[in-house]
Amino acid sequence: MDPVENDKLTTTAVVETDEVLAPGQTYRSVSDRVSDMVLTWPVGIRWLAGLAMALTLLFILNIALGWVFTIGVGVWGINIPVGWGFAITNFVWWIGIGHAGTLISAFLLLMRQKWRTSINRFAEAMTIFAVACAGLFPLAHMGRPWLFFWLLPYPDTMGVWPQFRSPLVWDVFAVSTYLTVSLVFWYVGLLPDLGTLRDRAKKRVTKMIYGIVALGWRGSAEHWSRYETCSLLLAGLATPLVVSVHTVVSFDFTIAVLPGWHSTIFPPYFVAGAIYSGFAMVLTLAIPLRKYYHLEGFITMKHLDFMGKVMLATGLVVAYSYVMEAFMSFYSGNTYDRYMMMNRMTGPYAKVFWTLIFCNLVGPQVLWISKIRRNPWALFVISLVVQAGMWLERFVIIVTSLHRDFIPSSWGMFYPTRWDYMTFLGTLGLFFTLFYLFIRFLPMIAIHELRDLVHKTEHEKAAAAH
Amino acid sequence: MPQLFHRSMNTISRVSIVGVTLLIGGLGYLAWAVNQSPYYTRAKLQLEQPVPFSHKHHTMDDGIDCRYCHTSVENSGFAGIPSTETCMTCHSQIWTNSVMLEPVRASYATGHSLEWARVNALPDFVYFNHSIHVKKGIGCTTCHGQLGEMPITWKENTLYMRWCIDCHKHPEQYVRHREDVFRPVYDPPKDQIAMGRQLVKDYKIRSLITCDTCHR
Amino acid sequence: MAKHMKDLKPQDAPTDLVQIAAQPGSARARFWRSVEEWEGDGAVEKAAAKEFPRGRVPNTGPGGLNRRDLLKIMGASAGLAGLTACTKLPPERIVPYVRQPEEFVPGIPLFYATAMPFGGVGRGLLVESHMGRPTKVEGNPDHSSSLGGTDVFGQASVLTLYDPDRSQTPSHFGKVASWEQFIEDLGNHLVDERSTGGKGLRILTGTITSPTLADQIQSLLNEFPGARWHQYEPCGRDAAREGSRLAFGQYASSVYRLDKAEVVLSLDSDFMFGEPGSLRYARDFAGRRRMTDPSGSSNRLYAVESTPSVTGSLADHRLQLRSSAVEGLARALASAVGVGGGGSSEPPTGVPADWIAAVANDLKAHRGASLVVTGDRQPAAVHALVHAMNQALGNAGQTVVYTAPLEANPTDETKSLKDLVTAMDAGQVRTLILMGVNPIYNAPADVPFLAAMQKVDFRVHLGLFIDETAAQCHWQIPEAHYLEAWGDVRCYDGTVSIIQPLIAPLYGGRSALEMLAILRGQTYASAHDVVRDYWQREAVAGRVTAGGAGFENFWETSLNNGWVEGTAFAPKQAAANAGAIPASSAAIAEGLELVLLPSPSLWDGSLASNAWLQELPQPFTKLTWDNALLISPGTAAQLGLKREDVVKVQVEGREISAPVFILPGQATNSLTLHLGYGRTLAGAVGTGVGANAYSIRTSLAPWIITGVRLAKTNATYHLVTTQNNHLIEQNGQRSEEESDAAFDRRVVRVGTLDEYRSNPEFAQDPPDMTTEAQSLYPPYDYSQGYSWGMSIDLNTCIGCNACVVACYAENNIAVVGKDEVDNGRDMQWIRVDTYFRGDLENPEAYNEIMLCQHCENAPCEYVCPVGATVHSPEGLNLMVYNRCVGTRYCSNNCPYKVRRFNFKLYSDWETPSFYPLRNPDVTVRSRGVMEKCTYCVQRIMETKIKAEREDRVVEDGEILTACQQTCPTEAIVFGNLNDPNSKVTKLKAQRRDYGLLRDLNTRPRTTYLARLKNPNPEIKG
Repeated sequence: MDPVENDKLTTTAVVETDEVLAPGQTYRSVSDRVSDMVLTWPVGIRWLAGLAMALTLLFILNIALGWVFTIGVGVWGINIPVGWGFAITNFVWWIGIGHAGTLISAFLLLMRQKWRTSINRFAEAMTIFAVACAGLFPLAHMGRPWLFFWLLPYPDTMGVWPQFRSPLVWDVFAVSTYLTVSLVFWYVGLLPDLGTLRDRAKKRVTKMIYGIVALGWRGSAEHWSRYETCSLLLAGLATPLVVSVHTVVSFDFTIAVLPGWHSTIFPPYFVAGAIYSGFAMVLTLAIPLRKYYHLEGFITMKHLDFMGKVMLATGLVVAYSYVMEAFMSFYSGNTYDRYMMMNRMTGPYAKVFWTLIFCNLVGPQVLWISKIRRNPWALFVISLVVQAGMWLERFVIIVTSLHRDFIPSSWGMFYPTRWDYMTFLGTLGLFFTLFYLFIRFLPMIAIHELRDLVHKTEHEKAAAAH
Repeated sequence: MPQLFHRSMNTISRVSIVGVTLLIGGLGYLAWAVNQSPYYTRAKLQLEQPVPFSHKHHTMDDGIDCRYCHTSVENSGFAGIPSTETCMTCHSQIWTNSVMLEPVRASYATGHSLEWARVNALPDFVYFNHSIHVKKGIGCTTCHGQLGEMPITWKENTLYMRWCIDCHKHPEQYVRHREDVFRPVYDPPKDQIAMGRQLVKDYKIRSLITCDTCHR
Repeated sequence: MAKHMKDLKPQDAPTDLVQIAAQPGSARARFWRSVEEWEGDGAVEKAAAKEFPRGRVPNTGPGGLNRRDLLKIMGASAGLAGLTACTKLPPERIVPYVRQPEEFVPGIPLFYATAMPFGGVGRGLLVESHMGRPTKVEGNPDHSSSLGGTDVFGQASVLTLYDPDRSQTPSHFGKVASWEQFIEDLGNHLVDERSTGGKGLRILTGTITSPTLADQIQSLLNEFPGARWHQYEPCGRDAAREGSRLAFGQYASSVYRLDKAEVVLSLDSDFMFGEPGSLRYARDFAGRRRMTDPSGSSNRLYAVESTPSVTGSLADHRLQLRSSAVEGLARALASAVGVGGGGSSEPPTGVPADWIAAVANDLKAHRGASLVVTGDRQPAAVHALVHAMNQALGNAGQTVVYTAPLEANPTDETKSLKDLVTAMDAGQVRTLILMGVNPIYNAPADVPFLAAMQKVDFRVHLGLFIDETAAQCHWQIPEAHYLEAWGDVRCYDGTVSIIQPLIAPLYGGRSALEMLAILRGQTYASAHDVVRDYWQREAVAGRVTAGGAGFENFWETSLNNGWVEGTAFAPKQAAANAGAIPASSAAIAEGLELVLLPSPSLWDGSLASNAWLQELPQPFTKLTWDNALLISPGTAAQLGLKREDVVKVQVEGREISAPVFILPGQATNSLTLHLGYGRTLAGAVGTGVGANAYSIRTSLAPWIITGVRLAKTNATYHLVTTQNNHLIEQNGQRSEEESDAAFDRRVVRVGTLDEYRSNPEFAQDPPDMTTEAQSLYPPYDYSQGYSWGMSIDLNTCIGCNACVVACYAENNIAVVGKDEVDNGRDMQWIRVDTYFRGDLENPEAYNEIMLCQHCENAPCEYVCPVGATVHSPEGLNLMVYNRCVGTRYCSNNCPYKVRRFNFKLYSDWETPSFYPLRNPDVTVRSRGVMEKCTYCVQRIMETKIKAEREDRVVEDGEILTACQQTCPTEAIVFGNLNDPNSKVTKLKAQRRDYGLLRDLNTRPRTTYLARLKNPNPEIKG
């Protein structure tokens, strides 16, 4: 079969639908559609091209980090007073993106939201990859990264421990916990599908590989019941993490005395922002995927519509936070806060500030219009705009607060160097490399849950018939 | 459908679960063990010296006081390493043609210093001060071991920071009477703790564990 | 690391120094500046410079990266450099003495009294020596010239000693040669000279005050009757000398007694910085305005100047006036205070009508307790007028005394240089001996020294460096640094100090004394014997009183004290003859004037190779690594000039290109350019930094040049400052953004004496602003043991930068180079902030020392994830370098931004000549760690241990921080807050004591005493 043909697995026709699942789907059809995406060889040209691009960026990351480790963080634009620059911006941004996945898979599971079914798998994958990218930065931004383990509590030869009042230490725990739980949750969810793939695979070696990672899943009733309990427990475990992680990350700022950082509104504001950007990323990935793999039947208009609504909601929370932040700094009557806010709006970084206001506040308001929410490409553009906006938000919070704080003699500026940009682009490379590999070798949609969904929908139909 | 795996796989997988856990634990222990081992700490290792100097002989047999050679131990941070001249004060009289002492005589003749291998070395960011420890009743042997029993000198302790801190936190367990400080062999008395508590009072010993005590 | 030093032997130093001498590459590699200063492919090196501040230039491609590096880096990133975490120590050697010197106790530094000649005049010093290595220079507290203070030049001199760019062997036509060869070659020429009575022999030195040296030169001249001795000091005091001759008919030196002066008028003078007596003057002046309580009194300073100066920063009334107009003002004042003769009463334009009358009245009201001073930059006539005024005001003998000239052979040095050039040009000079001078760089532009010198067939240069002049000489002979050689020197009041060396010459250099001995055929005479002989003769002749105990004792005492008893000049009765003062020289030229001043960092340029001074932010401008054409905002706007525009300064056919720097406080139509830059041969550090102002300096107008034209070019040149200043304009009022914010936030607090008396609390925070009670944590009890704190008196701080350099030397602070300073990564632990208040055309400038405030509730501490910065029970905010992992969170959270981060490997770990320079009691920081002011914790600990050994407590004043010890005005006081009688406790008890950002509840241990002004009520505005 010609590889390009391969890419469009033109088995089922494109049907835009308003249900969470296109009509006429059977257990077999869903299983075929999803497992074929993984089991069909050879791989498509376009997938290869995409992977190649991702790998190039990954290579750039390698160089950038290598240079940082060889010379020191001085290769970046950071200085005194601006001690944190792109590195921490990226960290917060990626962590934020990492939120949607667990929210969808865990939170919505507890909420019994049917529409999570076909998006949770790759959303979770996205989460894990995003957190992996984020995890790089706390390490890379250290002056002496080879001593990172001093942030971990272990009985060392010096008889000293980490300084537990520091939010950076909490970060270590929060992020690593989040990564572990998400990873386990994701893997557990994969087990039944890995079993399916093992059974459907043609080549023996493929069978073996999927067989091993399936950990002997046989799909017995006992397995299923344990599976259900387990995923429910993990969901319960993961849900609070969605809130805790970014709350802790926001403490990195709120704990400090800096005007622009020292603010009680940060935790909710950061969590909302995280979900905001997270869903944006889910859309950024979902829309091309459904188009490219013709998954309109599974990732339907309803999904896009829902996600659009979630973005709108979280976007409004973020907007509210912006307004309150500005209001409070003026209302407080505190010289430093006032100056900080004025400086954000009119100072050297004003352009960045207003761009972010447009990206996060003004732009997304079009989501009120359901036509837009149901137009994949419009959504796609908005999702990109929002992610850009969220990145800028973190940049503004970090840089504008630092560059002009209390004592005017120490005011300065931050100018990113090419190594700043390379590090950022590099992590995109890491993210997409992992994601490309994921969609090729693992089922990007939970087959067993789709089957379950088919069952449910038919059941409902039957019920309606009687 | 034929069986994909042999039934032994069940056992293997079960074992592997336990195995991996044990492996990780084992590696952790190994790391710790290496870290404590003389290989890493260089404690109790006898180093190659230009002259096989015996503290045992000089302090016990000859009864030479520590301060005869380590002159500045009481008034400087650095205890002082004897100059060749110091060695020669005796060895120009005794053992004058001993082969063992040839390097010393050579040094004295040529004016080139003896190069001893440093036995107790601290990192350069650690500012240890001998004089104050001696003043506060911490004996030589407390850190350097029973020198009076060392035919060739080795490093007695790890000199890890945790080891320093231990004494700084519990000086009463180690402090001794000032007159005993320079005893080359010393065993703490039965009532060390009681005596220690008393001496801590008398010598106004404060438990200094703030960083600037050693790091500047 | 530094601590190794303890185990090394002094005699090691020369050997390894000689080794590195062979590799100028390594030297050149050390510091980084702008690309312009690099020969060769700028782009590549620029790229490298960005990554390697100390310029360990890698094999870099245009991207600053090539395949090899790439692979290396990939490896590094792959391994995440994790393995380097293993801290296993390498086996160390321990190397004792063969014969241990008596005085040495290993690990305990020794202090020796000596003196540093600067511009030919001495300052008494105490130099700290670690195991035979001078590491730190302090003022000699018992020496009349300093009373313990030092300035930037003294502090930095220790770096020059270890400068790897120093000349290290005799060289003949640039080729390494031996001493024997030199002595033989010299001998041959001298044979000829003897035959002709030395007609062709000329010696050029700087200003010489050293009695022994003068005596040696004299005896040389006796042997060679035809020989001539010329002196030339580029930033010399010709005007002052000529002024005294005009007034008194003979040369005389003036010594000010500022401790007696109630009212001081400074006419374009910077008497508290750089002059022979400056350190003492600053100390005395500060003493008269140190207020203990509102009832206290303060002296009053009127400063007339064309550019902001260290002295002017303390002025109660600062009058901006073009330097060329000062003479007019002086004449007007002179007649106003009743000087007959040369006076003319109409004031020059730009002087407020009431000003002269008011000042004159104030001066007259304080007969005998007032003082008028003027600067070396002002013409002789003004100096003469000032002498006349002081006499008319009855100050002569009171606040100013006249003594015999300090110079052994006072002369018009410019003329002396010209004579030499004429002689050389006429081919009369066959042998030229240059000692410690660099005329090819710093001779006036209208004196063609180079051309003339080419005609001399044997030229010998004795100097620390292979400089512009050395490169044009047959022989370059390494000179011994003053810390390496015996000698003597006169200080501002005539006191003679014996210069005793702290270390054997690192490169076997010879001092001027030894050079002269060689000239006299005494090839191997030691400077020590020469100096000793001279003073023995003096003692025998009874010119100095050896005392009963005989010469030995006299010699020992002189060395111990650091000066020779009874050598201070006795005051002379001198009557100033106002009639002799020439009438006004021409009408004041309109248009632009250009004032050339010695650089506040590099002075006359001889210090250009000193990286500490190059990186030092210059007062007011905060410029580093460059000089610039200083111009007032108004004049700049008028000429359409922006900061960093490169302009051509044109004077009588000569021109020089320099970047513009807009400086508030600069007089209208008056430009200032600092000398000492634009060196073409000053080693890796100094070469090509800035513009060479000597190239437009003439012998007729050495300081003040009128009728200057500016030609704007399209070029711009990037200037780097450590403090931003954004000039803004709001409703017609031009001001400076940072300064405005600073005063809104009450960072600097200023009041007049009257305000202070009426409201002593004026400097205090409003009660609602201090949140000290509101902490959630129970306050820590500091009442036991010691509790360290610091008080800084803004009323006496002159912002002279001495503390900054002292900190460099004491704390092994790294130099980062221009590019990194530009990135905002300068490493100074203590800095001098400058804020301007009022209209930028005539602002008040305020300096504020900023260093770690050692907050009791330190924001930096609780954010550090590894506890690398913690608090001590004595209230010190500790920084533990070896624990720091470099998250920079502490710096982000420091409201004072006083923390400094090693973004790259800034400390030079490679150049061996820097090892002995380092203070062994302070860790040398590595890449990726934070650092900051520690209140010199190493000094605190050493003293505490000493006290404990002696079973006593540390006394007040026993611990001096480096900045405090060096401060000429004693503006910084450190001590134990738990001691009710300590100086610092008393100062903090004053009601003008305030802490910065108290509203953040940081509870800083460093607090400030508000600045007080003592204006003359007669002067409005």
